[in-house]
Amino acid sequence: MVEELLIKNGVVYDPINGVKGEKKDICIRNGKIVEEVKNPKVIDAGGRVVMPGGVDIHAHIAGGKVNSGRLFRPEDGRKGLKAKTKLCRPESGYSVPNTFAVGYRYARMGYTFVMEPAMPPLAARHTHEELVDIPILDNAALPLIDNNWMTLEYVKSGDIDLLAAYIAWIIKATKGYGVKVVNPGGTEAWAWAKNCDLNDAVPYFDVTPADIVKGLAEANERFEMPHSIHVHGNMLGHPGNYEVTLKTYDLVKGITPYRDRPVLHSTHTQFFSYGGTTWRDFESKARAIADYVNANEHVSIDLGSVILGDTTTMTADGPMEYSLYQITGRKWTNHDVELETGSGITPFMYSGKVGVHTIQWAIGLELALLTRDPWKIALTSDHPNAGPFIGYPILISMLMSKKRRDESAEEMHSSIFDRTELPSIDREYDFYEIAIITRAMTARTLGLHEHGKGHLGVGADGDVAIYDISPEERDAGKIQKAFLNAKYTIKGGEIVVKDGEVVSTPEGRTFFVTPECDPKLTDEMMTKLKEMFTNYYSVSFANYPVQDAYVPNPYEIRAPWRS
Amino acid sequence: MGAKVKLISGRTVAQGQNLDNKLSEEYFKAVALCELSAEDMEKIGASPGDNVKVRTEYGEVVVKAKQSTGYPEGVIFIPMGPWANAVTSGNTKGAGMPQYKGIDAEIEKTDEPVLNIKELMKRYM
Amino acid sequence: MVEITDVVCPLCGCVCDDIVVEVEDNRVTKVRGACAVGKSKLMGHGRIKSPAIRVNGALKECSYDEAIKKAAEILAGARRPLLYGWSSTVCEATKLGVCLAEEIGAVIDNTASVCHGPSVLAIQDVGLPSCTLGEVKNRASLIIYWGANPTAAHGNHMKRYSYIAKGYFLPGGKKDKKLVVVDVRETKTAKMADKFIQVEPGKDYLVLSALRAVLYGHEDVVPDNVGGVSKEDILEVANMMKEAPFGIIFFGMGVTQSRGRHNNIINAIQVTRAAHTHTKFNIMPMRGHYNVTGFNQVCTWETGFPFAVDLSRGFAWYNPGETSSTDLLIRRECDAALIIASDPGAHFPGESIKHLSKIPVIQIDPFANPTTEFADVVIPTAVSGVEAEGSVYRMDGIPLRLRKLVDTDYLSDEEVIQAILEEVRAIKSKEGE
Ligand SMILES: [Zn+2]
Repeated sequence: MVEELLIKNGVVYDPINGVKGEKKDICIRNGKIVEEVKNPKVIDAGGRVVMPGGVDIHAHIAGGKVNSGRLFRPEDGRKGLKAKTKLCRPESGYSVPNTFAVGYRYARMGYTFVMEPAMPPLAARHTHEELVDIPILDNAALPLIDNNWMTLEYVKSGDIDLLAAYIAWIIKATKGYGVKVVNPGGTEAWAWAKNCDLNDAVPYFDVTPADIVKGLAEANERFEMPHSIHVHGNMLGHPGNYEVTLKTYDLVKGITPYRDRPVLHSTHTQFFSYGGTTWRDFESKARAIADYVNANEHVSIDLGSVILGDTTTMTADGPMEYSLYQITGRKWTNHDVELETGSGITPFMYSGKVGVHTIQWAIGLELALLTRDPWKIALTSDHPNAGPFIGYPILISMLMSKKRRDESAEEMHSSIFDRTELPSIDREYDFYEIAIITRAMTARTLGLHEHGKGHLGVGADGDVAIYDISPEERDAGKIQKAFLNAKYTIKGGEIVVKDGEVVSTPEGRTFFVTPECDPKLTDEMMTKLKEMFTNYYSVSFANYPVQDAYVPNPYEIRAPWRS
Repeated sequence: MGAKVKLISGRTVAQGQNLDNKLSEEYFKAVALCELSAEDMEKIGASPGDNVKVRTEYGEVVVKAKQSTGYPEGVIFIPMGPWANAVTSGNTKGAGMPQYKGIDAEIEKTDEPVLNIKELMKRYM
Repeated sequence: MVEITDVVCPLCGCVCDDIVVEVEDNRVTKVRGACAVGKSKLMGHGRIKSPAIRVNGALKECSYDEAIKKAAEILAGARRPLLYGWSSTVCEATKLGVCLAEEIGAVIDNTASVCHGPSVLAIQDVGLPSCTLGEVKNRASLIIYWGANPTAAHGNHMKRYSYIAKGYFLPGGKKDKKLVVVDVRETKTAKMADKFIQVEPGKDYLVLSALRAVLYGHEDVVPDNVGGVSKEDILEVANMMKEAPFGIIFFGMGVTQSRGRHNNIINAIQVTRAAHTHTKFNIMPMRGHYNVTGFNQVCTWETGFPFAVDLSRGFAWYNPGETSSTDLLIRRECDAALIIASDPGAHFPGESIKHLSKIPVIQIDPFANPTTEFADVVIPTAVSGVEAEGSVYRMDGIPLRLRKLVDTDYLSDEEVIQAILEEVRAIKSKEGE
């Protein structure tokens, strides 16, 4: 392995350090960014665009749900077949790629970190087993904590400290990264084939989704957690849901975060920015969401932007997947997880010829273009829900080129002109803003910038992407091509991709957070938790926590209790 | 006298207990047998403990008869294992799965002995 | 004596994880909480003493190194090798198995091929509305076993997870629940049922169709008798399904291995979807071996496909019926086989054993069995879950970790596959020179 690396003549975009397209050398020694190097291997970037390694804040890449998607869609598996090479293992799949393809494809796009955003705690071992099998990428996973009976009971009794003790325990037990919320209360209701709106009572538990969101946000801020709560709220995918979305944001407005970051990350917000009352009068409400985000500091969003074509939708939001399956009549898998969560999976085709899909497609882009501050925005497609991550370069080219958007709009359903305002938006992202929404903002929102990710300051990880494009380039096709296959991707100082080909496959690390809770609170919580295991879980307490063997390359972040 | 039957195979407790013990007498006793109704026993003139020969399109095998309740006339059961499989087809009809259950078979009482595992396997080699 | 609690049982797809085991002098001497079959597994049986290679028709004992070397030579020299079994070992071994299959361009397949392979095909057609077993325990007031006999095959299933288990919303256990059993014979399970439906062999598809019609409101099209079942009974079961706030169908090999195969399962899943228009309904295959599910999981995330994966082209090719073990053997296509943690000698149809017994066979297993009778290289290993730890998946996809209870001199499955893989790579790189 090269111990020293010097990247010369790059045009560097490093937003966390305010570097805005400067010609600048980057030095790496023993995997970390340093001031200078003595005897390095030299890469001449030749005036190309250089950024920190990409950081994806939300992509379903590993775990039971993803694997059920692979298992029941051999037709998707057959799309991405690529034979093994001397170095790489075989690839398969498009919207649900095998683990090896996930690592190679992200690396080719210049990404070095991905957050798996939905880990069912009871099946956490599965998520970790897959993460270990994803080459190259550093990773982490967010356990689902919002429909858990323990959570519901503590929210009901208003014991936020005990709720904090529980989330501390479950994040530790699952080697997770933070608090994930998916259709709070609604997924529990789905166990009875029901659903919940924001202020409905959860069957038998006598709490509302609003209570849950608020309770979890408060409990999360009891610790110095790197990330806010990560929220997929209620009524995802329903016409008119933007009001629920805004009300959800308002719930946590008064809560003070432990550091300078939002208290709620709103994920795949495209699916939550819908107007109208039915699919007939369906329309974009991206403007309303963007206005809110512009006016407030406590919410960050990722896009969940649509990539046209066939994909596999999957979420812990069981009732949503059922509705989708009822629309399409395609195959449908559901998997409810005792005392904790659920999940649904169904294939879906986004077509530019269909009015609703066209509006959905526009909303993702509108959110990015109408939200003024890119530091509040993350580029995602909620892979694979709005489309597979391999489509990110298309999204980037759309954001950077008004011309390309206009050309696309011409080809699409006319609803884009009367139900969205996308065609009237002239804004174009530049490389600096792209760097923000694909690495800097995401790293900062996840608190990973303090752990070497998302920037190129001294001490950061030697994760660098060099794209084969000059900073002046505005041609959408060239932009897309460049972001699909990096000239170089460097991970921890090691060249992993060269000229769009994977050239080495180091193992990734798994980041996890250890919230540190007051032992007295933990003891009190534990009595109740153990009862849950004795009476209701189908596995033993002793066999529940993820064993160290499942996280062979750990990176621990401690989150002390805030006194 | 023979009888036409449908043969099914499946797990039993004793078969399961001897999964890791297949070359033993216990496994032989647990698996080299055929459960059938009193009606079918009578039809072939067999008493419990007699040997029966089971013949299908794909082969024949001798097992011990065991009268059992719960079986409708015309349905016989051999615990899953080498004896049942001696008369099972490998044709999967393109599905990858052989038909282990509901095989058309004929049974008759026989004086021929029940082969043990080694003898059974020899037949294939 | 040492007492070990929360032991995870390495026998069936229930993967009970509350077993208590006593160990004395490095031997399991007592087992509590396991079913009869699981207990027998944990207590242990006579073992293969030593690695062996067949010479002039007889197995001759040898060292691990010699057996591994011989195995690697066979595999590296084969044109159409099959790597089969994997259901009674841990995922760590399977991962290496997939690597090995890639290295030599083999077909890798597990015992799902001959148990719930048809269920996988059905899921690929229509999906699977399901849940974890704890959901069943806590919520299911109606439990249907269809072509499944847990009293024989999954001894603790009813007690831990379904009919007899007490749950949050059903504190009375079976007092609060109803049990329906559909089978061709009156099994012990059937004797416990509130309603037993005796179907004629091979007629499950018809009965499922009738039930589905009724659930979708077309009871008028159902004749008076379907596959030996009266219309009255069909209506009664349909009503029970509609009225249960949460119900589940557990199906077994009675429907996967009989006439209709995957079509039966597609129909059963369609019945579940039909019931879901009235209430919450689920369906789950009764997976047999403790880690048959785990193989399918690992194989899926690594190759994209769950079983019967052909890697001869360098990428994964999946086409059950063509690439499944029985078919490969019937066509006399394989020219070598590695059999691990399974026993095709006992469990494959005679027709396919005919070919298997004639080609070079490497057997990796703790125990001698009918496959040993024709195996050419025999490599004994540690018993996973007793002598080795590792990852396994319960029938509902819940991952658990098997514990190591006693020490052993036997290599683990993982170690043996790793050694073979390294040896194969060494041979290949020599060939490359
Ligand atoms: Zn998501």
